[in-house]
Amino acid sequence: MHIQNFKTLSGDNIDSISCENGIITSIGQKIDNDAQSFDAKGLLLAPGIIDLGVFSTDKPAFKFGGITRAILMPDQKPVHDDPATIKYAASKGKPDFWVHPLAAATKNLEGTHLAEIALMKDAGAVGVATGHDNIIASETMLRVMEYCAALDMPLFVHSEDIGLTRNSVATEGETATILGLSNAPALSEVMSISSDMYLAEEADVHIHYRQVTTARGLDLIREAKARGLKVTCGITPAHLFLSETAIHGFRTFARLSPPLRSEEDRLACIAAVADGTIDVIASGHDPRAAEEKRLPFSEATPGMAGAETLLALSLNLVRDGHITIKRLFDLLAYNPAKIIGINAGSIEVDKEADLILIDTDAPWQVDDMIMPGKAANTPFDGLPVQGRVRHIMKGGKIIY
Amino acid sequence: MTKDITSRNDRFPEGSAAFQHKHLLGISGLQPWEIHYILDQADQWVTLNRSPATKHDNSLSGLTIINAFFENSTRTLLSFEIAGKRLGADVVNMHAAQSSLKKGETLIDTAVTLNAMHADAIVIRHGSSGAVQLISDKVDCPVLNAGDGTNEHPTQALLDALTIMRRKGNIEGQIVTICGDILHSRVARSNIYCLKLLGAEVRVVGPPALVPKTLESFGVQRFTNFEKALDGCDVIMMLRLQNERMQGDYIPSPREYNFLYGLNEERLAIAADNALVMHPGPMNRGVEIESSIADNLEISAITEQVEMGVAVRMACLDIVTRKTRAVEGWA
Repeated sequence: MHIQNFKTLSGDNIDSISCENGIITSIGQKIDNDAQSFDAKGLLLAPGIIDLGVFSTDKPAFKFGGITRAILMPDQKPVHDDPATIKYAASKGKPDFWVHPLAAATKNLEGTHLAEIALMKDAGAVGVATGHDNIIASETMLRVMEYCAALDMPLFVHSEDIGLTRNSVATEGETATILGLSNAPALSEVMSISSDMYLAEEADVHIHYRQVTTARGLDLIREAKARGLKVTCGITPAHLFLSETAIHGFRTFARLSPPLRSEEDRLACIAAVADGTIDVIASGHDPRAAEEKRLPFSEATPGMAGAETLLALSLNLVRDGHITIKRLFDLLAYNPAKIIGINAGSIEVDKEADLILIDTDAPWQVDDMIMPGKAANTPFDGLPVQGRVRHIMKGGKIIY
Repeated sequence: MTKDITSRNDRFPEGSAAFQHKHLLGISGLQPWEIHYILDQADQWVTLNRSPATKHDNSLSGLTIINAFFENSTRTLLSFEIAGKRLGADVVNMHAAQSSLKKGETLIDTAVTLNAMHADAIVIRHGSSGAVQLISDKVDCPVLNAGDGTNEHPTQALLDALTIMRRKGNIEGQIVTICGDILHSRVARSNIYCLKLLGAEVRVVGPPALVPKTLESFGVQRFTNFEKALDGCDVIMMLRLQNERMQGDYIPSPREYNFLYGLNEERLAIAADNALVMHPGPMNRGVEIESSIADNLEISAITEQVEMGVAVRMACLDIVTRKTRAVEGWA
């Protein structure tokens, strides 16, 4: 199978890519008159998106968004805290879509007893996660980290200090005060990041902060990276393109965890994407049925459907000149693959042939009528965006 | 004691331009002239309510008003019920305890059910901020917010404004100090919006954890020292402090609260001469306010607030149903 007539991320003059048995075998010159060639008609060729940290294996949504692999959070029913559930999750999407599950750090994600992390690794877990919440007891957290370090697995953490955020549904600020919503200072993030950072340094574990959303939190990550710690971090488009004002009118689609932040913090997040502090942009895909969102704000479940809009929204960073398209796919594919240690995420010989062809200019409107996922609870509802995936090649086969 | 506030119709436009909203969900979103219009209308109902003989008016005759209270209330519910009945409407009350919510029905389903009964207005109280707005999106008739979570309680702010207006003659330029649990108070929020819109200078004071710093962006002055906040103020609004907040979470004990924020004669003397004392009730006597102040009718407007409550709610029910009733100029 050869793909021809495409544009590349770096603008290099490459005419053809060949794959065999699901692996990229050669990158090079045009091959004439080949029955097995696929004409990409000038679309942009990119590695399939690797969505680092989703809450649902929502295949139609991932396909719509050009996502070929998703790293699944352990917050499931039942919680992914034993090898059987991990094994099942890992096989769920195959062959056209791969799910890489994360193991729950503690039993039932309760933050008290260690889960069977080694057995789960053997069953296919690519990392460990504390889930939607973090582990409150520092002693337990340190043990989890040392265990992960020994097994050479990255630990995914959620950064909110529960002592401050308990019962809160919004970030402290003008909007939350106007609406009369219980709120917590954004400071809760930096407190959580810093205590986890000291423990991670002690345990010498690779810590991945799934969502860092504040200027002060990002400063800590920047310092830690400068000191050479094994630290990476991610963000979702919501925190890059929306601030706390999006919850006006009690819009439950904008109720997220962590909550949307101030405009200053949002701008700091954009700057951190541009300067390389942020390693990953993920969808945080968490589709919620209407009955979980059509409620008074503080009773609604946090979370948003993000898989369908991840690419189109992220492309705004390129259009606005913050990053190059090549760097965007480091954030969407290369870095996520590197963090969980899989042989994908970039277009190189011997890598798995997960490829997408994108029309970067294609205009469309975010709308639940066209979003095929389980639910269309997105705060970007109604927004005109640009960029659609036209074809997906998974394991060397055109599947879309 | 009472000052004349009739003949203030230069403060609002004629006809339906005076109030252009379908619902009354909050003070935020209203224009100053809309508030003046409601107050002007309410003031006229005060006269009717005080008449010794018949207090009945038929303007809402034949209309059905549902008071849907998802959270306990005595005085607000009673006030709305009397207001509706005085205007001749058929008023039915729905209490949370009797509702399907206990059986697992969602709020939206309840709203749709209420709507199917073709009420002409629905008055709603709910424990969650934004819940009343959510229901208003799903029903055809006007909705009045009788308090939602810690968001707004607009009729309370309007009745407070009417009380100040009648006692002081004006709101513009008055210094109003609101004292107590501002953080959890929808009454405080609605009052801050209302008083600021009408040109008052607003101060908030209370224990630091109960007075959010972000309030300063609303143009109010924030204090934690009660004496400083009282200095020279014309109106003192005491808020009720819920007992459950006084067991160590926010305040160590009721007596410590009284020590710092209890309104007594000594503190009252710091305020301007003839300062007016208000309280939305129910009061914790001896905690936030001394009985000698609460019961002194020269100083305290607390019972008058209750009286104004009925008049304000009559005005609100009248105004929001005018379109339904095809009142000339409003249909």
